[in-house]
Amino acid sequence: MHGEEQKVLGMDDSISDFEAHFDLFPKEAQSIHSPRSLDSSHQPSSPYVSNTVYLSNKLNFQFPVSDSLLNFPNVCLLTVVAEGYWLKQQSMSPYAGSMYHGSPLLLSVLGPLTVKRIEGQPDHLLCSLLLVLADIISAILIRATGKILQMAYRQSLDSLNLLQASKSSDFLSSGDVAALVYLWNPLTIVACVAQSTSPIENLAIILSLFGACKRLVPLAAFGWVVATHLSLYPAILIIPVILLLGSGPDAPPRKLFLQRGCEKFGDSSSNDSHRPRMEVSPSKLPIAFSWRSLIHFLLWTSLWSVYVLFLCSVLVRPYGGLLEMFKRTYGFMLTVEDLSPNIGVLWYFFAEVFDFFRNFFLIVFHMNILFMIIPLAIRLNHRPCFLAFVYIALSSMLKSYPSVGDSALCLGLLALFVDQLADMQFSFFLFCGYVGVSLLSPAMHNLWIWRGTGNANFYFATAMAYACFQIILVVESVSATLNHDRKLRKLSASKLGDGKS
Amino acid sequence: MEIPSLVLFFTLIGQLLFIGIAFGSVIGEEEFHEELVLRPLPDRKVMGHFHFESRAPPSNSFGRHHHLFPKAIAQLVKKFQVKEMELSFTQGRWNYEQWGSFDPIPSNNAKPPGVELWAVFNLPQEQVDASWKNLTHTLSGLFCASINFLESSTSYSAPEWSFPPASGSLRYGTLPREAVCTENLTPWLKLLPCRDKDGLSALMHRPSIYKGFYHSQRLRLTSIASNLEGLGPGIVLEQTLTVVLQPDNQKNMMYSSKPNLQPGWSMSSIFGRKVNGRCMLAKSSNVYLQFERGLVSELKNLEKENGKSGDENLALEGFLSNPYFELSIKPDRIFQEVNNFHIKGPSIIYEFQVDKYSESLPFDLGLTWKIPIGWTCQQAPLHACRFLMGSGNERGAIAISLKSIESIMSSLDANSLDGSCKLQVDIFQVVPWYIKVYYHTLGVFVDGKPHAVRDIVEKIHVSPSKDKESPGVMEMVLKLPCGVKSAALTIEFDKGFLHIDEYPPDANQGFDIPSAVISFPNFHSNLLFLGDGSLNKSPIISVFQKKSPVLSYTEVLLVPLTTPDFSMPYNVITITCTVFALYFGSLLNVLRRRVGEEERFLKSKAAKKTGPVSQLLSKILAKLRRKKWEPPSSPEAASSSSFINSKLVFKVILVAAIAVCWQYYSG
Repeated sequence: MHGEEQKVLGMDDSISDFEAHFDLFPKEAQSIHSPRSLDSSHQPSSPYVSNTVYLSNKLNFQFPVSDSLLNFPNVCLLTVVAEGYWLKQQSMSPYAGSMYHGSPLLLSVLGPLTVKRIEGQPDHLLCSLLLVLADIISAILIRATGKILQMAYRQSLDSLNLLQASKSSDFLSSGDVAALVYLWNPLTIVACVAQSTSPIENLAIILSLFGACKRLVPLAAFGWVVATHLSLYPAILIIPVILLLGSGPDAPPRKLFLQRGCEKFGDSSSNDSHRPRMEVSPSKLPIAFSWRSLIHFLLWTSLWSVYVLFLCSVLVRPYGGLLEMFKRTYGFMLTVEDLSPNIGVLWYFFAEVFDFFRNFFLIVFHMNILFMIIPLAIRLNHRPCFLAFVYIALSSMLKSYPSVGDSALCLGLLALFVDQLADMQFSFFLFCGYVGVSLLSPAMHNLWIWRGTGNANFYFATAMAYACFQIILVVESVSATLNHDRKLRKLSASKLGDGKS
Repeated sequence: MEIPSLVLFFTLIGQLLFIGIAFGSVIGEEEFHEELVLRPLPDRKVMGHFHFESRAPPSNSFGRHHHLFPKAIAQLVKKFQVKEMELSFTQGRWNYEQWGSFDPIPSNNAKPPGVELWAVFNLPQEQVDASWKNLTHTLSGLFCASINFLESSTSYSAPEWSFPPASGSLRYGTLPREAVCTENLTPWLKLLPCRDKDGLSALMHRPSIYKGFYHSQRLRLTSIASNLEGLGPGIVLEQTLTVVLQPDNQKNMMYSSKPNLQPGWSMSSIFGRKVNGRCMLAKSSNVYLQFERGLVSELKNLEKENGKSGDENLALEGFLSNPYFELSIKPDRIFQEVNNFHIKGPSIIYEFQVDKYSESLPFDLGLTWKIPIGWTCQQAPLHACRFLMGSGNERGAIAISLKSIESIMSSLDANSLDGSCKLQVDIFQVVPWYIKVYYHTLGVFVDGKPHAVRDIVEKIHVSPSKDKESPGVMEMVLKLPCGVKSAALTIEFDKGFLHIDEYPPDANQGFDIPSAVISFPNFHSNLLFLGDGSLNKSPIISVFQKKSPVLSYTEVLLVPLTTPDFSMPYNVITITCTVFALYFGSLLNVLRRRVGEEERFLKSKAAKKTGPVSQLLSKILAKLRRKKWEPPSSPEAASSSSFINSKLVFKVILVAAIAVCWQYYSG
């Protein structure tokens, strides 16, 4: 239905284009097309109309419906990959022209699949299947990660004798919830239907987190290197991954263990339970930071990155080498060159901002991500997985070309922490906000771009609202986690008090 | 009459003297020819084609004075090492279907709307771009047009082989939206030795010229390398003006009983002026009346119907009084085209020499039709037309449709012996960078059925567009089967989004995609004329005889692009920055907040009035010393706070001193 309508609309448009064009000429010129000469029967009365009708009948010309659903940045679409692959087949640099800005590895994996056609099937079927597969693997890995996290957390609570006190729901496995949320999230489905490559980037990130949780150092390093190679922003995940590898998955604050240690030592001289005793030697801590795995991780990281860079340099050697690749991929991400609308706010900002301020604001916006890394890492160092979630949420909000695929990932990971975020504030408001934005945003986009009746500001307003909701989500989840820690501390203090009395 | 002849005399004297001074190194003399071709068109219109040719022979002296040749052009050629150049200003669109597309005139003079400029340089590759930029600026000054917009690398391209004067140092650029008007014509006329004061150019009465349906002024120059050592290049400057005008119908009221009768016209009725003799400086000054192949064959058919079989008398004798048309002036010579393979009849040209006419006896050629007659002009093998598909402002597709013209195709079929006959079509298309073309979506449809691209497209060269750097160029060679009825190419594109500064003043009007150039290299549009040697001396006839491929331009496409709100920059900046500040502030606040300590802090603050800084410092000190931090008692606190305050003052002074030093030394 929709396709038909578009076709008809397209025909009208092209005809009106011609007419608009003819208006540039003297009025009489239009009479050329009215059959006035003697043998006008030889000529079609209006060649353009007949041609257009003919072509629109013959060419099955329609655009994927998904594009009007939610707007994707051009960086990560399969059509762009196909264009890059075509250019490469023409023995040109895939980066020639400002179309393809992805990794050459992705191109050599996905590229051949974009041209392979199965008779009677849609064009990019194989690629889409690959994306679906990537999503399913991601969901499985999320589930496994959730299991590991929950087990480790329960153990650490057990060691604090807090298991009964904290109303940790036994019937709700957070891994299952997260996997289901990731798989059935409409945003994930839209990202897959729109044929963006974000499922693959998400898979790399989740692989890295899973590897770090499971203490599979090579896997974690591989995931991190690939994710960074594909979209640069996961580079900041190195801190949570190192914390995960060094001191294990999420646990209550370390101070509680210290106190527990104090109590176990029977050193009950201190009646102020808020302050840990510094005399406890670090070796007695339940979780010591293992420098060994950090060194392993760094070694594996360098190994994988050398490997990836070597492969890339082999692939891009004829087209200007690695430097050109970095300029075309990372450079393109950092200097927001593409101003086509996406769900972020930067495209409109940089379309409107005065040119001499451009560099300043580029630095400011990228600094916004970097500034928050260290405070978050200090405050949440005992919960590296949650820290990773916060980083992912931040980068999905502040990155130059955000897509709904990123926010699908961050919502999926959010569900891993159902227990600790149980008393998060504004959760209903946030849910309504997400639903509202994801309904309004395509509508506004359609009004502005496809129908031409709306204004850019309408769409920008939904993008703004989306950014606000994401900010609230991040801030509230961080605050809920910190409150959860406080609650644990209080519980543990009261336990200590109970034990003493 | 006295003064012009005197001028001529002095000019000749001067030239002779100069030849003597220049050691006889001048090979030829500077020449100037003026010609006008008039041609009735099937849709009751008349085409006038002015052709002025100035030649400067190769000379050895730099900055030499020129007698006839415009000095500005000679300097330009020398300075920028231009080998070949063509600049055209066009308004309106040549109607290929009605006005023909197989003759030399449409192939050479039908140009895309606006300005088109191409130039071939005699320079090494790395200097070509710089020279092009200088050339555009010079030309824009010379012709009062915004040709300097072609300077930016986003607006010109370097086609490799599909544009006819293919060469490595070719640059090609168009400005489809340039408004062409009399301000561009005046500097163009200034290049002529007689300007528009005398000779054929006096016919260019501005209102009547700009009233027409099509108007294209063109300037083409070719530099001829001389084979003698030490000589600079000679230059041939070809200036043409092609207009399509509608003869005034008022005068034909008496024929209103025959509504299909072609209107009669005379030069005074279409141009509003008469020719008062030739330009004295011109070597030749001729007016030609051309009857096209279609018209001639139609006349012959009429002749046959009337029972007379001799077609010779139509050409040679029947020009003044025949039952079909009437010429007001007896032609001086008649040329008939030699054609062996065209189905239609030969084209006929009547030549009139203007030399004989003067102010007292002005030249005013008229043509009156006696019977209704209709004919069709000869068409290129395929009629090309280009249009946009898709709706919305996000993406779309460009389609180029080629439709065959029956007669030519059948003749071609007859020529081909076996089924392997292929019709070659070259397509050259430039797309501005904000139209982001997906070249992998190229689709080919022959006779309405999709075909594999590599079956039809024999050769393709693409240089994809770079954002804000260079336009996309697509060059293709299609090999279509000869019996093709129609063919279509489609290619999809995304519409780009620009920065608000990059939109033109009227952004909602849309953006223009320049015309594509469709050429048929296997078809040549030349006319061969029988005649003696003197025939070849006429420049326009030699242009007609030159072998050149049939070439046509497609329509300019108007692409509407999405526009942002132009009034919003401040709002967008402030709102976005507010949201970011909200994010940063609230997150940092959440991270910083410590419930228990806050309470204690408030308590201590209520109890003792100590400065927050001192408290913080003492807290840090306590942490550093790994001691339990105790809220200081009041007398100690007072002393410590005063101590720290003095320290603070000292620190502030230190920082200020450093700042002053920095300011002093760096400034």
